Amino acid sequence: MASQSAVKPAKPTGAAGTGFDFGSLIRRPETGAFLGLVFVFIFFAIFGNVNFVRPAGAASYLNVAANIGIVALPIGLLMIAGELDISIGAMIPAGAMTVAIVSGHFGAPILVGMLASLAFGVLVGLINGFLTVRTAVPSLIVTLGTLFAVQGLVLGLSVALTGTTSVALTAPDWVKFFFGRFIANSFQVIIFWWLLLAAVYYFVIHMSRFGNWIFAMGGDKESARNVGIPTDRLTIMLFVASSTSAAFVGMCQTILYNSAQVSGGMSFIFNSIVTVVVGGVLLTGGFGSVIGIFFGTLTFAIVNQGIYFTQFDANWSSLIIGILLLLAVLMNNTFRKMALTYSPKKGKK
Amino acid sequence: MAAPILELRNVNKSFGPIDVLHDISLKVGAGEVLCLLGDNGAGKSTLIKTLSGVHQPTSGTVLMDGKEVAFNNPREAQEMGIATVHQFGGTFPLMSVGRCFFIGNEPTRKWGPFRVYDRAKANEIAVKNVQDFGITRIDDGDRLVGGMSGGERQSLAIARAVYFGARVLILDEPTAALGVKQASHVLRIVLEARKRGLAVIFITHQVTHAMAVGDHFAVLIRGALAANFMKGEKSREEITDLMAGGEALADLGAEVESYMESHDGHPPPAQP
Repeated sequence: MASQSAVKPAKPTGAAGTGFDFGSLIRRPETGAFLGLVFVFIFFAIFGNVNFVRPAGAASYLNVAANIGIVALPIGLLMIAGELDISIGAMIPAGAMTVAIVSGHFGAPILVGMLASLAFGVLVGLINGFLTVRTAVPSLIVTLGTLFAVQGLVLGLSVALTGTTSVALTAPDWVKFFFGRFIANSFQVIIFWWLLLAAVYYFVIHMSRFGNWIFAMGGDKESARNVGIPTDRLTIMLFVASSTSAAFVGMCQTILYNSAQVSGGMSFIFNSIVTVVVGGVLLTGGFGSVIGIFFGTLTFAIVNQGIYFTQFDANWSSLIIGILLLLAVLMNNTFRKMALTYSPKKGKK
Repeated sequence: MAAPILELRNVNKSFGPIDVLHDISLKVGAGEVLCLLGDNGAGKSTLIKTLSGVHQPTSGTVLMDGKEVAFNNPREAQEMGIATVHQFGGTFPLMSVGRCFFIGNEPTRKWGPFRVYDRAKANEIAVKNVQDFGITRIDDGDRLVGGMSGGERQSLAIARAVYFGARVLILDEPTAALGVKQASHVLRIVLEARKRGLAVIFITHQVTHAMAVGDHFAVLIRGALAANFMKGEKSREEITDLMAGGEALADLGAEVESYMESHDGHPPPAQP
């Protein structure tokens, strides 16, 4: 019950009949993200043509949102925990190429290829996690290293094993049914994975004890360790989640499009960070929410795709995204300050 | 007299070739405040880290209730009832009072097949316990801790430690960053904890704060126990002198004076 009421942050759910509870509303990290989402939706609904609000329009941004969102969720959690992972940019093509090479080029059963793809994600996540925990090097630098290392490894191995940088894969129908097909000719099935994963992350972050620990780590790692939170293990787990999610997205793209390329995926690095920050997560950690990341992803996807429904030249879309990001950060900062100083009912005396 | 809750016997701690703690013997009993005084670098933090399980003594023994114990990590010390509250209270500015209070020990309730964090219960217990320590301003467990003052955050951390059954409360410079009014608030909370029968180890280098609450004082200089006395046995000036290595400074003054007398008022040359 509690979870259901919490899913709708826009509607204040104060105690029965107390009416509008301003305090609990501004304390929610997703409030700013929700306002941003409403704003961009109305903006494109007005300036875009009618297709924007039709299913085809919805599909165009939901597909983008789902692909980014699956990666952005764990990236957001890492950011809440005070870390960053940019190696996802290489993990998406790595996940795509692994399944294509194992099952497409060498003809192994599709399940083996898929497992190999995810296992590679787990492996890189473990490396990122261990390096971050064991050395004092910031995770931005560690994952910058693995970003390039994985990129080189994938390119080198692909050429060495297959002699090409693009490998075809024809997945059986049942695999396509679950991982890569278009529903009603336009909605990618990965949208459901996104929704499912968002629900799982919501549970873990906001309803289980782990979530509390992740926030505490981002707030003050030393104190978190002192109260007995296994910070090292959690950090490694989060890195595994992010790079495995990236491999998963790459794998699904290969299954959907029947082929994998070595390049691509780099745009995910910045896009996922943008969506997470627009979603109200504090870059330095300790603050954020899964719903906020969800809204941030939708907002980003709508801006990214909405421009094609308007009369504007699509070349302007990056400008809009940049301004959007700055506005979102300013707005989220304001909300956070208000949340810190706001004291309900009596107020300051 | 009953065995002290926590006792150190001849504890030494060295990191490689560097001796940080030298032959420390201390005890603290229930309802007693032990003030640990010392200048920067005197080994205060190493001593608390040894007590709270972060470091293990190189030699010597730690006893609880007269029985020898060894803590391999902070968690084990906590489970034995030793709670450490650091300068910034181990509180998280962007978390709610309820979540902060229960961090690491969250209450859960059943939700279908899952165990979920029980926010209502956490908030209720947290607010009640913080208010019991005199912070009546906090009446909403969803409030973010960052909106509280430094003294209130300390109080939250102390209330949390007491709630989770701490028997020994180690306060690491709780008043260092606070103004006069907030510091006196924290000191009152120390007294409240003492009244409840906790053994309190209060680390500070502010002698006035120590004098206000301490029953028993220990002064650390360069890793060794320079003085160990009960309330009322020494004056504030004597303690301040001790902490600053007062006797050494007095010797220096006398030496300089005698040198100047015999050398036409010139100070002695700096010695290498």
